[in-house]
Amino acid sequence: MSADTHKKPKKFVQDRDAVAWKGRYERYDIVKEFLIALVVVAILVTGLAVVFGSPDDKPVTVRSWSTANPVDFAQTAITELDGTSGTAGYGPPYNENGTAQSIGFITPEHWLGVHHPIDTANDFVLAPLSTLPNDPEVQAAVAEYRAASSTQQAAWTAAYEKAVANATFTDGKLTVPAGDYGPVGTIVTALTSMARSGALDGALLASRQFYGTDYTKPLLFIADGQYLASLATKDHLAGDQWGMMNETGQWPGQAWLWLYTLWYQVPPANNSTNGDFQVFAIMIGLTILLALVPFIPGLRSIPRWTRVYRLIWRNHYRDVEGPGGGGTSGSPPQVEGSAPEPEPVSA
Amino acid sequence: MTIADPKAPRPDQADLDKAADRPEDADQWTAKIRTAAVEALPPQRMLPDRQPAYVASWIYVFGVVTISALCVVIATGFVLAIFGPNWWHVSSTGLFVNSLHLWSVEIFMFAMVVHLWGKFFMAAWRGKRKATWISGVVVFLVSVGAAFTGYLSQQNFDSQWISTQAKDGINSTGAGAIFNVTNFGQMIMWHIVLLPLCVVALVGLHVLMVRLRGVVTPFAAKNETPGVEPGAAASEVQA
Repeated sequence: MSADTHKKPKKFVQDRDAVAWKGRYERYDIVKEFLIALVVVAILVTGLAVVFGSPDDKPVTVRSWSTANPVDFAQTAITELDGTSGTAGYGPPYNENGTAQSIGFITPEHWLGVHHPIDTANDFVLAPLSTLPNDPEVQAAVAEYRAASSTQQAAWTAAYEKAVANATFTDGKLTVPAGDYGPVGTIVTALTSMARSGALDGALLASRQFYGTDYTKPLLFIADGQYLASLATKDHLAGDQWGMMNETGQWPGQAWLWLYTLWYQVPPANNSTNGDFQVFAIMIGLTILLALVPFIPGLRSIPRWTRVYRLIWRNHYRDVEGPGGGGTSGSPPQVEGSAPEPEPVSA
Repeated sequence: MTIADPKAPRPDQADLDKAADRPEDADQWTAKIRTAAVEALPPQRMLPDRQPAYVASWIYVFGVVTISALCVVIATGFVLAIFGPNWWHVSSTGLFVNSLHLWSVEIFMFAMVVHLWGKFFMAAWRGKRKATWISGVVVFLVSVGAAFTGYLSQQNFDSQWISTQAKDGINSTGAGAIFNVTNFGQMIMWHIVLLPLCVVALVGLHVLMVRLRGVVTPFAAKNETPGVEPGAAASEVQA
C-alpha cells in the first residue's frame, strides 16, 4: 500500500479546486474553429487597414527643429553647455549629475550606475563644433572656452543664458542682446548654423561607425528643447494627456497601458521627483498580484463573488438547474468517486 | 524485378517503430522524453474533437482569436522584415503592410485582454491550472513589451516621443542601463527577434498547458455537490 493512500483528503476549496465534470461531451472541431477565426481576423485586419491605415508622422531632426524654432534651439544649446539641461542633470544611466529616483533605500538607477555616458557640454556642443576645421573663428572660440576656468565658463554661460532669453532670429541670423559672455556667443551661433545645415544630426550620432543605429544623443538633445514637447502636446501625447497610451492623430495607441498611464495623473506620482519609480513599483506590485491571484485567498474568490461566471456559463447552469433552478436536464457533475467515469474524449 | 508498394512502411522505419517499445531502451533519455510526452499529451488530448458541453460560450472564442491575430502579426511582421525598416516609410504598399501589422496588433491585444479577464471571472486557475494562469499573465506582459518595442522602432515622430518619455520610467528601475529605449538598433532587435520568440514560445507552452489540463469546469451549480475533477485529485486536493 502506497503512502499516498494514507493521506487525508484536503478540504475542497471552491476557488482553488474544480468541480468534477461527469456530463456530456460534444463535437468540437478545434482546427476548423482556428482556421475560421484566422480568416475572419485576416478580413477584419484588412478592412481596418484599408479604412483607417496607419500614422507615420515625420520624425523631428535637429535640422528641422533648429529651422522651425532656432531660438528654442539656441536656448537649449546653452543649457547643454552650462550643464543645466534635463540631460545634463539627469543622473544615471547618462551621468552622475542628478539624483537617482528612489523609494526609501531602494535606488536601482543609482545601483546600476552610468552605462551610456553623456557629457552634454562636450558631446552636444564642443565636440560637434570641433568637426568644423575650416572655421578658425569657431575653433578659437572653442579653444578659448575649453582653456577657461570653470568659474569663468560659468560666468560666460550665465550671462549668455540670461541674454538668449530675449534672442530673436531674423534673416537667418540669431540676434542676442549684448553682454559679457566671451566666446559663448560665437559657439552657440555656430552650433545653430551647424544644426540648420543638417551637419549636427550626423555629428551627434552616438556611434562613430559608418552604420550607426544608436540615436540616444540626438534624441536626448531634441527632447531637452521645447519644440518636440510642443508638437506632442498638439497631438495629445503629453504625459498629463495620458500620452503613453495615445497615438498621433486619431489612431489607437497602446490602450493596454491605460493603468500604467493612470498613475501619472494622480498623487503621489504626478507631483513627485520619484514619480516614475513609484509608478513602476505600483505596476510591478499589481502585476505580481495578478499573476499570483490563484494563491491569494479573498482575491481568488472575486470571480465567485461577482458571479460573472453565471453569465459566461449560463447555458450550462440553465441545463443543470433547469428553469426552476432544480432541474437536471443535463448530466450534473458529481462528487468524484460517486459517479461513473466521464465519457472518454475520442479521437 | 518487383516494385515496392509506396504505401508500405519502409523496412528501416518499421524497425524504428518497433524500437520505440524495446525494454532495453527504457532508461534512454530520448525514449523517456517521448514516453512522458505521449503519456501527458496523447493525440486525442492534443487535438481533441470533443469538448465538455459547458464549452459553449463566446468567451472561449477570444483565445483562438488571440492566436489567429498573432499569426497575422507575425506574417505581416515577416513582410516588413523582408523589405527592411525603411520600406514602409517610402512605399504605399509598405505603409499598407504596416497598417495590417498595426491593426493585427490592436486586435491581438484586445482579444488577449478579453481572454484574460474572461479566464479571471471563470477562476480558470482552479484544478491544477495555476501554472496555466501564470503563463497567460506572462504572455500578456511579454506581448506588451513586444508591442512597446514596435512603437519604439517606427522611426517616426511617435517613436521619438515615446522613447524620450518612456526612458524615465525604464531608467528609474535601473533597467535603462541595459535596455536603452533611445537606441533604435537595440529596440528593433528586441522587437523582431527576442520578444517575438518569447511570445511564440510562451503561447505554445500556454496552449500545451491548456491541452494538458483541459478547460476548467464551471463552479458547482445550485443543486450540485462540489467535487474534484478526475486527475486533479491526486496532487491538488490530497494533502
